Amino acid sequence: MTTQEWKFTSKDIAVKPDLFLSGHRACAGCGPATVMRLIMKATRGPTIVTQATGCMEVVSSIYPYTSWNVPWLHTAFENAAANAAGIEAAIKAMQRKGKLKEHIDVIAIAGDGGTFDIGLQSLSGAVERGHDFLFVLYDNEGYMNTGIQRSGGTPSGAATTTTPAGSVIPGKLERKKPITEIMLAHGMEYVATATPYYWKDMITKVRKGLEVDGPAFLHVFAPCPRGWRSDQAKTMEYTKLAVETCIFPVWEAVNGKKQLSTPSKVIALAPQKKKPIKDYFKGQGRFRHLFTPKNIHVIDELQRLTDENWKKLLQNCESK
Amino acid sequence: MSSKDKTWKEISIAGVCPKSSESFKTGDWKTYMPILDTEKCIVCLTCVMLCPDGAINWIPDTNKISFDYTFCKGCGICANECPAKALTMKIDNTEG
Ligand SMILES: Cc1ncc(C[n+]2csc(CCOP(=O)(O)OP(=O)(O)O)c2C)c(N)n1
Ligand code: SF4
Ligand code: SF4
Repeated sequence: MTTQEWKFTSKDIAVKPDLFLSGHRACAGCGPATVMRLIMKATRGPTIVTQATGCMEVVSSIYPYTSWNVPWLHTAFENAAANAAGIEAAIKAMQRKGKLKEHIDVIAIAGDGGTFDIGLQSLSGAVERGHDFLFVLYDNEGYMNTGIQRSGGTPSGAATTTTPAGSVIPGKLERKKPITEIMLAHGMEYVATATPYYWKDMITKVRKGLEVDGPAFLHVFAPCPRGWRSDQAKTMEYTKLAVETCIFPVWEAVNGKKQLSTPSKVIALAPQKKKPIKDYFKGQGRFRHLFTPKNIHVIDELQRLTDENWKKLLQNCESK
Repeated sequence: MSSKDKTWKEISIAGVCPKSSESFKTGDWKTYMPILDTEKCIVCLTCVMLCPDGAINWIPDTNKISFDYTFCKGCGICANECPAKALTMKIDNTEG
């Protein structure tokens, strides 16, 4: 089935059995867990998943249990894309020798630590060599599994255990690394961003990424209530607010041509719908220190940066 | 994990996890449980999609939503996102 043929109705998606199974040990209200369930709803046939160390690997493979109803390989923290490349090369070799007829999709999954930081070299290499796989980055904006350390994906202003807010610094000082721009610069056929609140958009993007004959990259926003010190019931609300404040706009780029996806397009067409970033920061403990007289200027600066990035994105997009 | 399971020392190198996590019930983690008002439910499937634990199913035959409390961790995402306000979180009084 191609993207066009697959109807993506809610009911089709709901009746498709989960391939990421219940009984996993993620915290209550874990954003990445919803992301795992939903991305696996987009598979089109035999699929192999390989995953770097991180929360989603740990919670889904505690011996003797597995939450994966597909062949699944855990690999070292830095190696998700290298593993995917090896799997894809092995599949091709078997096909060449006539030992395997059917097509098999390969998905590599890693957190922000495993993508922005330690996994970047293997990802860049696998993409440059042109392996046919989809890389899904679930971005909970920190090294959550080891106790909420900052990563290259942690946004400025956020308090983590290695960027504690206090009298010396108001949370992380550095900016979030522009990972999607870095991947786009590799000349990939398909790069997109998504959030689980807009699940139909996200599932469609996973399917598109699988259909591409070559590497594809999907950056998914995935709040961690444990690390963000936020209400577990609000995990999905934050993935909506991130889009509405333009902190995390959703778009896709086919052959380098960027286009806003509907949830962000709505805001581009009606700018009065764009919410202030304060609305998104509110309730997240990792940003609590910003709402003090001493630090309020940090919010103003982050608002300015968000507006600047949004403006740049609008200029880059094909249609507004 | 039952005593019959091989220990990590006995499984093959790069060994597999032999059991589905569906036999590990996470439902006893919860403090609150979502209660559905079927009168209000518009069967939009939002909760089915957004539950991190796959604890909500849509039943095609009856076109109804069904909760699997043996996995529900009581996070409250479903109740927070329900556009029809058909879900409320109540203290979980069930045993176990
Ligand atoms: C080479 C190496 N260094 C450090 C670790 C320890 N470690 C395990 S998980 C993890 C953090 C993972 O962070 P991320 O990729 O963001 O995923 P998350 O846990 O947030 O889902 C670290 C540092 C490791 N497993 N391997
Ligand atoms: S620490 Fe965060 S990402 Fe990890 S399982 Fe818990 S909620 Fe999910
Ligand atoms: S409370 Fe959380 S775990 Fe339970 S059914 Fe609702 S979304 Fe799923």
